[in-house]
Amino acid sequence: MSVTLVKEKYSSKVGEVVLGATAEQGGTRTSTITVGGDSALPFLHFEGEMKNRPVIAMEVTDTVPTWNDLIKNQIGDVINDPAAWAKKCVDDFGADLIYLKLNGADPEGVNRSPEDCARIVKDVLAAVGVPLIVEGCDDAQKNNEIMTVIAEAAAGENLLIGIAEQDNYKSIAAAAMVHKHTLIARSPLDINICKQLNILIHEMGLPLNKIVIDPTVAGLGFGIEYVYSIMERARLGALANDKMLSMPIICTVGYEANRCKEAYASNEEFPGWGDLEDRGVLWEAVTASGVLQVGASILVMRNPAAVKVVQKNIADMFNM
Amino acid sequence: MKGRDRMLIFGERINGMFTDIGDALRNKDPKAIQYWAVKQQEGGAHYLDVNSGPAIPTEERVAAYEWMVNVIQEVSELPLVLDSTNYNAIEAGLKVCKRPAIINSCPAEQAKIERVFPMAIQYNAGIIGLTMDKKGIPKDAENRVAFAMELVAAADEYGLAMEDLFIDPLILPVNVAQEHAPEVLESLRQVKMLANPAPRTVLGLSNVSQKSPDRNLINRTYLAMAIASGLDAAIMDANDDDLVDVAATAQILLNRSVYADSYLKVFRAR
Repeated sequence: MSVTLVKEKYSSKVGEVVLGATAEQGGTRTSTITVGGDSALPFLHFEGEMKNRPVIAMEVTDTVPTWNDLIKNQIGDVINDPAAWAKKCVDDFGADLIYLKLNGADPEGVNRSPEDCARIVKDVLAAVGVPLIVEGCDDAQKNNEIMTVIAEAAAGENLLIGIAEQDNYKSIAAAAMVHKHTLIARSPLDINICKQLNILIHEMGLPLNKIVIDPTVAGLGFGIEYVYSIMERARLGALANDKMLSMPIICTVGYEANRCKEAYASNEEFPGWGDLEDRGVLWEAVTASGVLQVGASILVMRNPAAVKVVQKNIADMFNM
Repeated sequence: MKGRDRMLIFGERINGMFTDIGDALRNKDPKAIQYWAVKQQEGGAHYLDVNSGPAIPTEERVAAYEWMVNVIQEVSELPLVLDSTNYNAIEAGLKVCKRPAIINSCPAEQAKIERVFPMAIQYNAGIIGLTMDKKGIPKDAENRVAFAMELVAAADEYGLAMEDLFIDPLILPVNVAQEHAPEVLESLRQVKMLANPAPRTVLGLSNVSQKSPDRNLINRTYLAMAIASGLDAAIMDANDDDLVDVAATAQILLNRSVYADSYLKVFRAR
């Protein structure tokens, strides 16, 4: 007896967003990356096209991070030098793009000036040819100051800059618009705010294909099911022609997974949990593959060993 | 949430029954027709209904209808709902339509089905199917749904996609035919269960309030009730902002579209 597959038919698709700009396009990247464009739920190749492969951005910080040694040891000495660190991520770990987090801008910490932050961005741009994602620190006011300067210093590069939030989006959206960058719109695990923020940014004049959604994620075991349901709703909205939810999604997997105790607690502390070396890698990799299944287009990751696992997972699923 | 296509608004205003449109047809002056094409689009219409009405002599109707379609397309990108009892006029309109149109309408009568369904396939058009035959409009839901079933069967037979068949269970004015209003709602519910995928549904909404003093209120209230019962499209006043707001809000309350504070504005955007 033959079995007919029940297939869903969708009226629309996820929007496509291009990151980076080559010399002809007004930037200096050696290649650009296109994300989005899916016409079905992820990896359901029999229902629609998954046009562009999900990509991995590896996280680089401008100050030495407080990550666990198992990650830091893989990165090595370059951890003191964002440009060299970025280059190592691309050359040795196969990162599709770099996510530069400028924690040093924080007034409570190093309190780097906007100009110094821009210089670091330029250094990283000079060191690698892949597109760049740039986020500031945890201080919204300071971020507005640094992102304005960075957007201008890197005009034309089509950086993916963040973050815009519901109560602080105008300054960074204007910077993205004027200097031709793409913007991360972050909502606090809330589909309604997610949509509203996209509407507000779009009303300012930024085209829909210059926005990427950061829905805020959670690590495995810390609410990832809720993340999944929010992302699923956004994705089904996009496929049902809701233009204000149609943008590709970025997930800060490395940050969230490595905040989970399971990703860093020592073997001595929890002997029953298994070896930390595997546990840390798996925690980040499984968090990443979870959000991949519901439509993450850009994964921001930390642990090179986890990146390797997820690269294989993406290749296997994408080429099924 | 299962994603669903949004509620469609077919703007009703380009109809020869209105004096300005009737005059436009008689004088071959496109101004009023084009004004309403643009204005209804601004109000939130997704399609424009085009009805020449009784303004011009029968023998001139085909040519006049084609002219109407052409002058509308000069100013509007919206697809059209070709509304006429004269199928030659509709065919003339279909020949010049730039975007897939909807034929309004075809009752559940074999001779008309044989004329309209092949024409819809030929021109890649949809059909509004009326739940009535020569004897008129049934009083109850049961007989309306029986006619709807005949139209669904015709769609199957001729190869018309179910989403291109809009069943209209025919609402009558509440001031003279009050008992029809709940029967139409029940018909909408049952029509959605006739096939999978289901045919779509449509109503000539303004008919419900003919000659009543509180027309807008009746239209709004009935629209909300009908959408909850399975209405997918309405031929209606696209420039009654409160009525369009009701359609947008019903979409939200049925969880067909994700809520955002600016949902009313987004409903009108395209």
